[in-house]
Amino acid sequence: MQREELERFAETQRQFLSGFAHHILVCAGLGCLHNDEIIKALREVIAAQGLEQRVLVRKVGCMGLCALGPVVLILPEEISYQTVSPHDAAEIIAALGKEPVQRLLLPSTLPFFTRQHKNVLALSGRIDPESIDDYLAAGGYTAVLKAITAMRPIDIIRQIQESGLRGRGGAGYPTGLKWSTVAKAGGTKKYVVCNADEGDPGAFMDRSVLESTPHAVLEGMIIAAYAVGASSGYIYVRAEYPLAVKRLKLAIREAQQKNLLGHAICGASFDLNLQIRLGAGAFVCGEETALIESIEGRRGIPRPRPPYPAEKGLWGCPTLINNVETYANIPLIINRGATWFAGLGTEKSKGTKVFALTGKINHTGLIEVPMGTTLREIVFEIGGGIPGGHAFKAIQTGGPSGGCIPAEHLDTPVSYESLSALGSIMGSGGMIVIDETTSMVELVKYFIQFCRDESCGKCIPCRVGTAQIHGLLEKFCNRTATDTDLATLERLCDLVKNTSLCGLGQSAPNPVLSTLQYFRQEYLDRIVDPAHSHLEGQP
Amino acid sequence: MPTAQPDHRPEDKRWKMVDLAMQRHDYRPDALIETLHAAQDAFGYLDISTLKYIATRLNIPPSKVYGVTTFYNHFDTKPKGDHTLVVCTGTACHVKGNDRILAWLQERYGLTPGQTTPDNTLSLVEVRCVGACALAPVIITDGTITGKTSFADTTVIIKEWRGDAA
Repeated sequence: MQREELERFAETQRQFLSGFAHHILVCAGLGCLHNDEIIKALREVIAAQGLEQRVLVRKVGCMGLCALGPVVLILPEEISYQTVSPHDAAEIIAALGKEPVQRLLLPSTLPFFTRQHKNVLALSGRIDPESIDDYLAAGGYTAVLKAITAMRPIDIIRQIQESGLRGRGGAGYPTGLKWSTVAKAGGTKKYVVCNADEGDPGAFMDRSVLESTPHAVLEGMIIAAYAVGASSGYIYVRAEYPLAVKRLKLAIREAQQKNLLGHAICGASFDLNLQIRLGAGAFVCGEETALIESIEGRRGIPRPRPPYPAEKGLWGCPTLINNVETYANIPLIINRGATWFAGLGTEKSKGTKVFALTGKINHTGLIEVPMGTTLREIVFEIGGGIPGGHAFKAIQTGGPSGGCIPAEHLDTPVSYESLSALGSIMGSGGMIVIDETTSMVELVKYFIQFCRDESCGKCIPCRVGTAQIHGLLEKFCNRTATDTDLATLERLCDLVKNTSLCGLGQSAPNPVLSTLQYFRQEYLDRIVDPAHSHLEGQP
Repeated sequence: MPTAQPDHRPEDKRWKMVDLAMQRHDYRPDALIETLHAAQDAFGYLDISTLKYIATRLNIPPSKVYGVTTFYNHFDTKPKGDHTLVVCTGTACHVKGNDRILAWLQERYGLTPGQTTPDNTLSLVEVRCVGACALAPVIITDGTITGKTSFADTTVIIKEWRGDAA
């Protein structure tokens, strides 16, 4: 399909949308339950009052503030309503163009809205994720057109390199460098893969991006495939995200119909076929070589690296694997330029980052901030602080592979380097706030149990080490640990971290190590008095 | 969820779904996980004869098929009970008290995740984060996701399913 045709689709949709006096946007993300009933109720009221030509109800993606969902947005007035139920439909319609419904009003001056900087999430909650026309009308796929018709692959890769974009899946490897490795690799068959196996418990950035703007991810993948010379691709997505899978499938079909996927894309001599592969509930498959094994239909057991997937990946061919959010950043960089992107963030961590804020925090939800924003701003301004008058104790970043950062480091600007300097990691972007009612030792036991259960069993340090660490933590929880156990725990963590095969094992001890660093007293308090330890009946 | 014994007569239409999944991938061995998904969607679980059938059609040793099936948490080799309770054990749900539900089920019914009560009324499934952390703690009752569930609410639902006196 040529540029003119796509522009015509976009223009038609824009005209259709501009024909309505009011738009009612209803969040249809997973977190806003009963949104279908709200949409139905609104449409019924509109039909009963004969307002079909004036008011348009649209289902859109996530608006971010999941804690106060279901959220409804009225355009063009930019009025947001919180915790809407189907019974509120008549009142919302009656208030259109008049004073908003005070009872439901969500103040737009909340720091949650004003302090964010939305790039990847800019269209999230603004367009219908199940309509390619909506995405086109909002300027979608212009980056693909620009890349394919006006740029050489090498120019695209250079632009990504200059932008300073780093992998959003956790490790922070420079994206442009990865692309250039795959582009330079020999062989005629290459693959692009989107890692949407968001396994960290407490993280839902990728789910939300896939549910809200699936076409942005496809657009990023198309550009990537063109740049590295791939003609096939896979999106490996968790089976636990049925809504995201459904919307992705639809998006792929719509993109095929518009010749944005398939044969001779946009009239160029460039083909790309994308397929979805469902995960099946194995955390380790988020590791890139395990993910490859799983796409090939086997148990998700990591391979030793090198060779890296960029040289030998799927079926031994060069394979580019990037995370959902990384791909979603690509169209923005192509459209707005490397300089624009590099102007955001810190010296070594460029751009913005999406975080999922959860745990003991008022504004649970999805946020996007420039790199370099401090943890304090995220927790206390955007996140609205801790509920129930409790005190902040720690923030856990990076999921089960990450660490716990205590209050004294709240003023740390968030970047790949700063978080790892504190003994944690950026990870994919999960942030779990912990208040003083949670015991760190218990929480760490939970994470280690997770890693123990999810260890694939291939390498001994991870398989046996995580089980041993879990056993030791159990003793701390039961208050039967001794000084020797503490020393063993530290030694074991060091061993597992340094000798495991893949990222799962290498990072599994992180929660233990970071809490031993910042909350050591909690461990010491649980050690039995050495003088009486023989009374505990321990062997 | 109704318990469906896989019917191995070829005229059972559900096999078409399984065959279609394999056909779509030209019966290549890498179709295995996709096929297992299709079979579990069709029958509710994967029994040994289903696995053997898939192994034969994809030309993979049955041991490998069994290995893959048991490696991934999502695949069940046993049928589910009349009702299924899925408890999210993601970090947010854990911090907000879903561990209490699991402890209660263990204490009252001797049920651990992955098991079904002997009278086949209730299956308990543990899931690693459904990504709806704003709704924590989350449970899924017979496919319906429910958020911010109190311990008491959940026990009421289960007692109702089981026909227990409150």
